Amino acid sequence: MSGLGQIPILSIILLSPLLGLAVIQLLPRQRASWLKIAAVAATMVPLALTLWLYADYDRQQGAASYSETYNWVQAPLKMNVGGDWFFSFQYEVGLDGLSLPLLLLTAIVTSTAALAAVHVKKRWKSFFSWFLLLEFGMIGAFIARDVFLFFIFFEITLVAMYFLIGVWGYYNRERAADRFLIYNGIGSAIMLIAFIMLVNTAGFHIVETAMNPQYIYSGSYADILRNLSDPGAYVNLPAESAGGNPFALGETKQWAIFILLLVAFGIKLPVFPFHSWMLKVHQEAPPAVVMIHSGILLKLGAYGLMRFGLFLFPDQAREWASVLAILGVINLLYGAILAFRQQEFKLVLAYSSISHMGIVLIGLAAFNEIGMQGALFQLISHGLISALLFLIVGSLYERTGTTELPQLGGLARSMPFISGVLLAAGLASLGLPGLSGFVGEFLSLLGLFESMRWVTAIAVIGIILTAVYVLRSVLKITFGQQREELSAIRDARFIEALPMVVLLACIVLLGCYPSVLTDTMQLSVGGYMDLLLATRAGG
Amino acid sequence: MPEQTLFQPLTWSDLLVMAPELALGAWFVLLVVLELLLPRKASPSWIGGLTLTGLLGAFVLVLLRMIESHGEVISLLGDSYRIDDFASLLKLVFLAATALIVLLGLGTVQQDGVIADKGEYFYLLLPAVIGAMTMASSQNLVTLYIGLELLSITSYVLVGLRRKSSLSAEAAFKYVVTGGISSAFILFGMSYLYGVTGSVQLAGINAALPGALEQYEALVYAGFLMMIVGFAIKIAAAPFHAWSLDVYQGSPTPIAAFLAVVSKGAALAVVFRLMFATALFANSDRTAVSGVSDELFFIVLLVAAASMLYGTLAALRQLNVKRLLALSGVANAGYFLVPIGIAFTVGHLNNISEFLFYLIAYLLMTIGAFAVHTAVSRAAGHDEMKGYAGMYYRSPWTAIAMILFVLSLAGLPVSAGFFGKLFILLGAERAQAYWIVVIMVLSSVISYYFYFGLIRQMFMRSSNGLSPGADSLDFDAEEGYPSRTPGSPSPLALKEAEAGQIETAAAAEQASTEAAEPEAGASPSAPVSGLADGVIRIPWPTGIVIGVCALLTLGLGIMPGPLMELIQQVFSFPLPSH
Repeated sequence: MSGLGQIPILSIILLSPLLGLAVIQLLPRQRASWLKIAAVAATMVPLALTLWLYADYDRQQGAASYSETYNWVQAPLKMNVGGDWFFSFQYEVGLDGLSLPLLLLTAIVTSTAALAAVHVKKRWKSFFSWFLLLEFGMIGAFIARDVFLFFIFFEITLVAMYFLIGVWGYYNRERAADRFLIYNGIGSAIMLIAFIMLVNTAGFHIVETAMNPQYIYSGSYADILRNLSDPGAYVNLPAESAGGNPFALGETKQWAIFILLLVAFGIKLPVFPFHSWMLKVHQEAPPAVVMIHSGILLKLGAYGLMRFGLFLFPDQAREWASVLAILGVINLLYGAILAFRQQEFKLVLAYSSISHMGIVLIGLAAFNEIGMQGALFQLISHGLISALLFLIVGSLYERTGTTELPQLGGLARSMPFISGVLLAAGLASLGLPGLSGFVGEFLSLLGLFESMRWVTAIAVIGIILTAVYVLRSVLKITFGQQREELSAIRDARFIEALPMVVLLACIVLLGCYPSVLTDTMQLSVGGYMDLLLATRAGG
Repeated sequence: MPEQTLFQPLTWSDLLVMAPELALGAWFVLLVVLELLLPRKASPSWIGGLTLTGLLGAFVLVLLRMIESHGEVISLLGDSYRIDDFASLLKLVFLAATALIVLLGLGTVQQDGVIADKGEYFYLLLPAVIGAMTMASSQNLVTLYIGLELLSITSYVLVGLRRKSSLSAEAAFKYVVTGGISSAFILFGMSYLYGVTGSVQLAGINAALPGALEQYEALVYAGFLMMIVGFAIKIAAAPFHAWSLDVYQGSPTPIAAFLAVVSKGAALAVVFRLMFATALFANSDRTAVSGVSDELFFIVLLVAAASMLYGTLAALRQLNVKRLLALSGVANAGYFLVPIGIAFTVGHLNNISEFLFYLIAYLLMTIGAFAVHTAVSRAAGHDEMKGYAGMYYRSPWTAIAMILFVLSLAGLPVSAGFFGKLFILLGAERAQAYWIVVIMVLSSVISYYFYFGLIRQMFMRSSNGLSPGADSLDFDAEEGYPSRTPGSPSPLALKEAEAGQIETAAAAEQASTEAAEPEAGASPSAPVSGLADGVIRIPWPTGIVIGVCALLTLGLGIMPGPLMELIQQVFSFPLPSH
């Protein structure tokens, strides 16, 4: 029995940013350095705990070991049928091979972003307050095991991001924040409709007690999953059976929910036609916030798609595998081609994110263990790489005042360290073997190759394009003619170099020794594949 | 059909049952006399305090009655006045809301130079709330109408209290005219119903309707439609809402809050009771007449949909906060009509608790927002959204409370409004009214844009109160950030400076228009002193209102369960008996 199983470790991790938030409220608002130290320290707590958890995670026991449940909302319902009727929403947090790596990614990226926030120039107190609230929301979303709890954490990230973009962003910050809010608002509204339909059908179950039977509409993910995969549950009985079955989730409704979830998380991911908001965010938000946005929040979309779309509706997902694959290839190629055309480095990176999220979709579309592992690996890897790249963008902008490619050049001479890290991050991004980007891409494409060869063949073109646009922009920045006014700038300070080294170390570690991650993911992915292969009602 | 005698004498025991209403009435008379005796200078706060005491006393009386009757239904005066838990809970809500509004009035009325009759401002709220309580309890068309008129007529006076302001006079006039039209529609509809059923009792109408339908189907439709239109005007549901913008803008802000919460809530409660006690007449045996019932409820849903869409879409370009809150009230009227319009279905009988929970959430967030607005508009001297600019610096705690109210209004977690909407949505989905679910969610998302417009002003714009020199790097200068080294101005700094200049220009323009046309009759010293130091002064009663509303909004957003349980436990709304 693991030592951490005894204490509510997940809740402690979840609440630790709030503790930091409270401490920050007590500090005077003019003391920037105190506030920064407090914020970095506050992000170190969840990082340390998560690392401990990661090391401790009992790979044999799986999800059961760290589950915490607390009856959060138990709203009774008026009903003309005997017995007690309830809406039951749980405060339920849990871990599995899908959540844990993303949780660790969140902790690492948030800590490095907190260090990168040295570039924040104003209103430090509220910046770090929203920043820690954002971390709270992200951690919560990754470990929540109740649909409405997930939704609430998801919305907390939305509100916190709105402030972080709108107050501390660049010139067009307010427009970017509004667009972010509206697009993501629509996404989460669609998600909410899907969740409501799920709770009212698949969430329904009866608990026999000594007194009255309890009829419960549950938001618990475990209940929903169990009911959906149990052919005898109300949700899977036909609507016409025995005097009408209001809980039936027919074929049409299942598809409706699946498509709603696909669109909702597709906006967050973002999938091709819904991506314009994230370009604005990448361009206008402060670098520390983009690190989190690109490094974690986009992954939240993919996570939601896997957890709620693919895991709850595997049959529908498998039928639409080709759609997912094609969407993935479109993302990959569209992002790569447009990244090649951009003159603004931040936009190159934004399109590159779209492109790399395409690989995640490709991995998911493969519907085999390799592809699924590839997709997850790509999530983590891209989270680290894009966080590193935007960390560098922040340092570059601080020194040069621009991120336009034509304005930059020859920086390797004046700041060799940053340029070196930039090159390494670029190489990781284009998938050089030995760095983490390679493993994710390779596994995803290998997985898809088993099921859809032609699509894979087209997707590989995207890999070549990636190399072209990454090298084009990285080389433009580091080599070539240097502008005179840029010759005097200095290389990274220690406070900037530290997060760069940490992120780069993670990237190299994952590239050289991927089983650090794959072993943890194995259990969830394997379990999911078993679920897929097992006979299911209607499957 | 047994016709009951309409007029039964009021007995002594009945007086005890009606104690809250009667006590409030007596208290009102007492205060009217007292105001004449008190010295003019001291009277407003005394009258206000005594009004508050009376309201709290009535609150306790209602509470005692609820505990004593224990879910039992008490009918008075030949079943024309009914005290059940639905009514009692609503009365508690109205009394609490009015108490908060009196507190709000205490915080604002002294500085409002336009209001001459400061005593009336408080004690007229008493007959208004008695009217609302009567409406909640009425089980008879006549009682209902009396309650309605008591509430309406006193509100007409309250709206027009700032007699010397032309906006207020206009508002009062519009309110009287539209209110009169609405009463006419309601009365006309009632007369049809009485004509075809021969009864003014809700139960009698319900029993007689199936028979009446065979002969007078068109008249039944006409009667109900007239009444729906009349009440739609009262609750400001689109397309019958146009008066509410002008009236809210012209009336004193606490009174606007009263109209938004108590008047709207009381009218909604009547619609609830009316629809469920009379129109829901054929649900047990679904015969041919059930079509009529379904269609009437469907019309309510149509009004709901129109309100939600119109309220949110029209608010997108609204820059006056009071008119914005009026439009938000239109959209919210739509949300309230959803649990009414989806009726009872096989899998869903939960309408009342959804309605009541959202009513409480709406009370907290709306009164909270109006309370913040009283302070902000006094500091700014106008009702425009610009007045919120830079509020985060001027009054951070109020700004944080306002975030909560805005989140709650927009239906975002963590707030009471989120759970209110969630419960309504869950209910509508279970009643299989998918289209209304979609419209409700859609309108919520659209509403983010203008609700967050307030946040944009509070957190992302510089306030007018800052000295001009600080404007170029507005936020930075405020918190002591050392300005950039002059040698290397980054392009960002230049762009920010540009933006700052634009904002300064806008502020200057605004200031000049203010100077040119000061609001009619506003005392010149108040707004200027608010601007000079930039800090928004919150009088302590307003502070209490904001604090209570914010804490409860947050509390219900984290833990909605206990309130939901409480509402369910005291649940004795009569289902139509067949």
